Amino acid sequence: MDFSFTEEEEAFRKEVCDWIKKETPKRWLELDPLLWEETDESWAISREFQKKLGQKGWLAPDYPKQYGGLEMSHIKRLILAEELSYNKAPVGIETEIAVNWVGPDLLLFGSEEQKQKYALGVAKGDLVITLGYSEPNAGSDLASLQTTAVEEDDEYVINGNKIWTSYAHYADYCWLAARTDPNAPRKYDGISMFVVDMKTPGITIHPLINLMNRHSFNEVFFDNVRIPKENLVGKKNNGWYELMIALDSERSGVGYAALFYRILEELVEYAKERKCNKDPIIRQKLAEMAVEIEVSRMMCYRLAWMYSKNLHPNYEASMSLVFLSEMMRRVAQVGMDIAGPYGELEWDSKWAPLRGKIERLCLNCLSIGVGGGTNEIQRNIIAQRGLGLPRK
Amino acid sequence: MDIGLSEEQEILKASARDFLARECPKKLVKELDESDKGYSPELWRKMAELGWMGLVFPEEYDGGGGTFLDLVVLFEEMGYNILPGPFFSTIVLGGLPILKAGSEEQKKKFLSGIATGELILTMALTEPTASYDASAIAVKASPRNSDYSLNGTKLFVADANIADYLLCVARTKETANPQEGITIFVVDAKTPGIKCTLLKTLARDKQNEVVFDNVNVAKENIVGGLDQGWPVTQDTLEKAAVAKCAEMLGGAQAALDMAVNYAKERIQFNRPIGTFQAVQHYCANMVTDVDGARYITYKAAWELSEGLPATKSVAMAKAWVGDAYQRVTILGHQIFGAIGFTMDHDMHLYYRRAKAGAIAFGNSNFHREIVAQELGL
Ligand SMILES: Cc1cc2nc3c(=O)[nH]c(=O)nc-3n(C[C@H](O)[C@H](O)[C@H](O)COP(=O)(O)OP(=O)(O)OC[C@H]3O[C@@H](n4cnc5c(N)ncnc54)[C@H](O)[C@@H]3O)c2cc1C
Ligand SMILES: Cc1cc2nc3c(=O)[nH]c(=O)nc-3n(C[C@H](O)[C@H](O)[C@H](O)COP(=O)(O)OP(=O)(O)OC[C@H]3O[C@@H](n4cnc5c(N)ncnc54)[C@H](O)[C@@H]3O)c2cc1C
Repeated sequence: MDFSFTEEEEAFRKEVCDWIKKETPKRWLELDPLLWEETDESWAISREFQKKLGQKGWLAPDYPKQYGGLEMSHIKRLILAEELSYNKAPVGIETEIAVNWVGPDLLLFGSEEQKQKYALGVAKGDLVITLGYSEPNAGSDLASLQTTAVEEDDEYVINGNKIWTSYAHYADYCWLAARTDPNAPRKYDGISMFVVDMKTPGITIHPLINLMNRHSFNEVFFDNVRIPKENLVGKKNNGWYELMIALDSERSGVGYAALFYRILEELVEYAKERKCNKDPIIRQKLAEMAVEIEVSRMMCYRLAWMYSKNLHPNYEASMSLVFLSEMMRRVAQVGMDIAGPYGELEWDSKWAPLRGKIERLCLNCLSIGVGGGTNEIQRNIIAQRGLGLPRK
Repeated sequence: MDIGLSEEQEILKASARDFLARECPKKLVKELDESDKGYSPELWRKMAELGWMGLVFPEEYDGGGGTFLDLVVLFEEMGYNILPGPFFSTIVLGGLPILKAGSEEQKKKFLSGIATGELILTMALTEPTASYDASAIAVKASPRNSDYSLNGTKLFVADANIADYLLCVARTKETANPQEGITIFVVDAKTPGIKCTLLKTLARDKQNEVVFDNVNVAKENIVGGLDQGWPVTQDTLEKAAVAKCAEMLGGAQAALDMAVNYAKERIQFNRPIGTFQAVQHYCANMVTDVDGARYITYKAAWELSEGLPATKSVAMAKAWVGDAYQRVTILGHQIFGAIGFTMDHDMHLYYRRAKAGAIAFGNSNFHREIVAQELGL
């Protein structure tokens, strides 16, 4: 057992940290946006930064070299992810979506051409790919999706509507799950995956305003959208199974806990400023958060370690996410406990502490634990896949 | 970074699990819990033969030269199976402080005695204030001729009823800083003036009141220096906290395994109760607590084993694992329904130990306050 990093890894950490500090624009740190809180301005900064990251091979460091990655070790990836989170680098969830959700599918099931075009584009930071999974009547029960793709000559014609499609308004492509065989005996059969150019005629984007009062997700309507046949990824009608396999290879989430280290540090400093750092209740609460954040970090380390040993996590990623999302809600509340009414202030008030981060955390935390699979679904996975509890 | 066990540790773990399952079935656990002695001399002897008592002592004292991490692996299994008896007290509260601070003569006598299974030791630390702070040490050791005389009451002393020797943490000097002027004496438990009374407890562990009434102890029996006892005590407390975490982690894993197995077998409404989502989510919460407890314990254990500063990690682990173990056993009971509320059942053995373990060596509030200090609050 060894919880330490090698000298080389420590040197890498320093290199990453220095690089981020050098490359992160001051303006970004002033804006200090949280997830789902992007504006056009912050989006532009983060796109710029991600291209630089992509050039270094640090955007998708685990990808094969010919697709823009470095085949980086899992432990170094953990370090990279931690430093990006901790130092608040301009890397948003759009990267997570494209690099960790879409990319692995493409790499596993895409044609050589598709890998060259889309996976490499993602890894270089040149492409934004939005996730077209959820529909108004297909959320957790994704397999009941109703958007259709009908083969016609050398095209597929897509009809239907997607919802909660994050950053569709900025996206170059949509990674779309659509039904190609409406008569399949099981709803899991007959789904296929496509890459759809967002400029294709027939696509309408309707903004949805999220709880942070920002435009991050959308409803996307597909009205007789015609796409070339070669934009099918993997085998026709086999999309669901490909999604499930790709999910197993998903490597996201290892850096999340580091963000909370930063938030905790900010709260500790703020507690001192507010002179409530000697209050035994506040001390207990902040310490409790420190402990939970450490537990969360160890869960992240465990994931990275399992990947590094080829141990194929099955329920561990779900556990890590559930824990982290619920912890986030408690961290937000501890912020409120320290700040009192100041915690209610929005970021643009001169009285707002930590640039209004407490108010924003209180809203933001409601999305974590829903998007990307709700905590209930994650707990089902932990119980059924992890512990082998029966479904029937 | 490698947060798994070594091959040898995996072997130790597997063999300990087999041995304890065979030699310490729940029937014996319950008998020992209900007895006054609380341990089986026969099992004790077998454990000594396996080299468990001397595992972490150097070879020159008949030990196995193992690391603190090896010991943690063993404690995890002792927690998993449940092993009543004075192993924890003897090794962690008696052996480790002597290994750290004892004279050559003391090491020869006590470490070898422990390793061969002949001696049972414990530490008499807490007093009626029930606090682990240095300021709570009031039992007085006063010079008498060339010896010392101990007076006062120690409370919640584990296994003093069967111990051959007690490490009594006593005050030898009144100073402004309560951490100064504390001395550890290794005292023969049969010395006249020692009166030991067994307390009946929730966990049915053998905690005692130990009254020292003009108990004579020789100068040579000081462990470490005169007035230098507190750092040794603190070091012992850190190791004890983490060893207890390991034991609790093992217990939590066992409670989880029992509950999950039951949920797969117990049929109500024509289906296993494990198909009900409420039960599934309880199990998911339990395994989250178990896994969370595992790595935070290992991290603290690794730091201690490597001799790194571990105050924060130890406090974090103890603050977390005690609560986690309680949550796991409470849900375990819930899943077992009425059958779990019987003496015949095994779940309560774990629940009782979760309660006791969470309190031992400082409860969560105590350790969170240490974390707060470490955060610079
Ligand atoms: C900020 C944000 C960004 C998002 N971005 C995207 C995106 O880019 N692309 C995309 O496709 N989607 C996106 N989503 C959608 C997300 O994937 C869905 O919200 C999620 O899968 C849940 O679906 P739902 O909202 O329809 O809730 P529902 O599935 O209707 O669930 C409602 C409630 O019922 C519970 N429930 C449902 N089924 C079960 C069950 N079997 N057992 C127990 N409880 C159950 C849920 O846990 C939840 O509490 C985003 C969501 C959010 C919040
Ligand atoms: C102190 C005590 C006194 C009692 N006295 C009496 C008495 O005088 N007379 C008498 O007749 N009975 C008595 N009982 C029995 C009591 O009514 C049962 O314990 C209770 O109904 C639960 O049944 P069970 O213990 O068989 O648990 P089970 O029904 O086997 O339940 C085990 C677990 O599965 C869960 N579970 C079961 N079904 C579902 C479901 N559909 N959805 C979700 N979860 C489910 C339960 O909530 C529980 O967590 C007593 C019990 C106790 C503890």
